Amino acid sequence: MIAIIDYGMSNLRSVRHAFEYLGTDARIVDDPTTLRNARAIVLPGDGAFGPATENLRGFGWLEPMHEAIARGVPFLGICLGMQLLFDSSQENGEHRGLGILRGRVKKFPRDAGKIPQIGWNQLRVNPTSRFLADVRDGTYAYFVHSYYCEADDANAIAARTEYGIEYASVVEHDNVWGAQFHPEKSGADGLKMLGNFLSIV
Amino acid sequence: MLAKRIIPCLDVQNGRVVKGINFVGLRDAGDPIEQARWYAEQGADELTFLDITASVEARGTLLQMVERVADTIFIPFTVGGGVRSADDFRDLLRAGADKASINTAAVTNPQIISECAEKFGSQCVVVAIDGKKTGDRGQGVGTWEVFTHGGRKATGRDAIEWAREVESLGAGEILLTSMDRDGTQIGYELELTRAIVDAVNIPVIASGGAGTLEHFYAGIQVADAVLAASLFHDRVMSIVQVKDYLSARGVPVRR
Repeated sequence: MIAIIDYGMSNLRSVRHAFEYLGTDARIVDDPTTLRNARAIVLPGDGAFGPATENLRGFGWLEPMHEAIARGVPFLGICLGMQLLFDSSQENGEHRGLGILRGRVKKFPRDAGKIPQIGWNQLRVNPTSRFLADVRDGTYAYFVHSYYCEADDANAIAARTEYGIEYASVVEHDNVWGAQFHPEKSGADGLKMLGNFLSIV
Repeated sequence: MLAKRIIPCLDVQNGRVVKGINFVGLRDAGDPIEQARWYAEQGADELTFLDITASVEARGTLLQMVERVADTIFIPFTVGGGVRSADDFRDLLRAGADKASINTAAVTNPQIISECAEKFGSQCVVVAIDGKKTGDRGQGVGTWEVFTHGGRKATGRDAIEWAREVESLGAGEILLTSMDRDGTQIGYELELTRAIVDAVNIPVIASGGAGTLEHFYAGIQVADAVLAASLFHDRVMSIVQVKDYLSARGVPVRR
């Protein structure tokens, strides 16, 4: 079972639909203890960083999540779910993240373009990425965000995207993956990425 | 590079797609699910559904349609029409919409914009502005008034000032329709679009008036995305044709 974490922050239906389409048993779970039996964990998310961490903490997700990641369970963060993997965020103040990946979440500089960035942007694909296997360089994915991840570990960056600045749009570190865009909304290419994730699982 | 978006718009009533010409004279044009799938396969970058059913009772029908669309396509879609409260907004997101657009309720109660932005994030809050030219500022620069209730009611608000206000309240995107051009197929209202684009730093979708490939090119030079309805429904041209045309002229589009 693939556990999609429901912590009150996202359109979970589309994520589940994408995994179901790929023929997997994906469940939206609101009970942290279910993570013990999960083959893989997906942390989606839209909205603001601060309330998201409060919800994760308040509903008791933090410990089971850290524990599952330490056990090697494949973990995928999508959009805000990727940002939460980092040490901290500057969204509306300073907030602590999960600290699984080194780095911080920052607002796009004013001159980067319209904020939020909404739409299809391209991936500069690191060819060794497992999440992006058979995804060609320059592929478009659907992004909606005002903040971006500044990853300290260059080896963890599986794809970069340019929007005024160049930033990490896919991260990959051991059993942890993150996508700043929405693979479940990125058409056939996005489905291929989720399929790649499943094949790792 | 961020691609310019091409967005087909589907007007829906009682869960069925209809087509608007100057906001009157609707005709049934089919099943929303089939159309959504077809547009997604054609390479639409996202879809917009505007519900023109006025009654509150029909809300359930709309939500069912949204759920079915969400279970069919893997591209983003926006749903608008009849959003009167943050609860209505939430219902659309829960049913699977990626964004929801607010029009009349935003004008009558602007706080709904900030409430939705705080609760659900600016990224999913689209404010639809229907503008109609009402005068000139001099030096050939126009003034446009905001209309609500599907274009039937004048509000006395200036469209440019309203655009600035909705941005400051937390809107993530503006869907700008020229009432004067809607259904005419004589081209987007570039002057209005430019005035709004210059006034805000959030994405602006131009709507109303597309009739030729050149119109899409002209519109996309100004706006972040262009929306069209009847041209695509009537298959006067396809999304592929539009993207080929734009791409050949150096516009970044997703293909």
